[in-house]
Amino acid sequence: MAAAAKIDPMHQFAIAPIAGEELVASPFMFTNSALWMLIVTAAIVVFMWGGTRRQLVPGRWQAAVEVVTGFVGNITRQNIGPEGRAFLPWVFTAFMFILFSNWIGALPLAIVGPHPFTVTSQFTVTGVLSLTSFAIVLAVGFWKHGLHFFSLFVPHGTPFILKILIAPIEFISFLVRPFSLGLRPFVAMFAGHILLEVFGNFVVQGLNAGIDGSPLGWAIAVLCFVFVIGVNALELLVGAIQAFVFALLTALYIKDAVHLH
Amino acid sequence: MELASAQVIGAGLAAIGVGAAAAGVGYVFGSFLQGALRNPSAAGGQTATMYIGFAAAELLGLMAFAVAMIILYAR
Repeated sequence: MAAAAKIDPMHQFAIAPIAGEELVASPFMFTNSALWMLIVTAAIVVFMWGGTRRQLVPGRWQAAVEVVTGFVGNITRQNIGPEGRAFLPWVFTAFMFILFSNWIGALPLAIVGPHPFTVTSQFTVTGVLSLTSFAIVLAVGFWKHGLHFFSLFVPHGTPFILKILIAPIEFISFLVRPFSLGLRPFVAMFAGHILLEVFGNFVVQGLNAGIDGSPLGWAIAVLCFVFVIGVNALELLVGAIQAFVFALLTALYIKDAVHLH
Repeated sequence: MELASAQVIGAGLAAIGVGAAAAGVGYVFGSFLQGALRNPSAAGGQTATMYIGFAAAELLGLMAFAVAMIILYAR
């Protein structure tokens, strides 16, 4: 009788050093997170390089790259306007990084060997991305408008009494932005992978029970397997939506800084 | 009551908020679909607005999740 192993869904998020163990607890330790960030970056570079051969009639690869660049370009153009082109590099970078790390982290590579590490399941990573967005918003806002930037917190045409009420609320909601922006992709990946881990464990435990002679175990294993496949498909969708939402909200926040309402 | 069991109960209570956010997200997409079916030609331009609403509704669920995690793992 195989003892039912305790499910440990947090283990997959553990950051462990791959090389340089003597540097433990120093910031220069090369961890699995760093490795998978490099892999994600390499995948993005390969994807973009393969598709930017500037053919007049795009092949399949170039068409795929053009769809992505056009998609993100549309986000900035529709939300920020013609000035949005200046911010396209950052919005595109963040979009591609979140999209690729979400999708690479969801690959079932563990069947053949390495366990993919979802970089965006760490709040440090998404938090730095959102802080960069926030820093861009602040820099652009103060550079373009100077101290007039603070009028962002006072909507036009509100009566004076309401202004006193609304300004602190707007200020707080502005300060929460970097937190919420980074929390979103992080929690989406974190919760999704916990769900996958738990139900993946149910498959294994069900199989063990089935081998031990319990027909119910087989049923549970099959049910959970189908469920895991469904959740994995949902994870791909959620990964894309989170990347899109991050790009969209970054564009919106930059629009606030550029146009001040 | 022991701290550990109180933590688990509190985390479970905090998870109720995730269900509420599920209702909110469903309402956003449902309302969008309702409007889109009545006027499909105007739907394309409003997807970005829908996703902003989705992000706002979803965020509160994520906050509930974060609170649950903090309760569960904070010492």
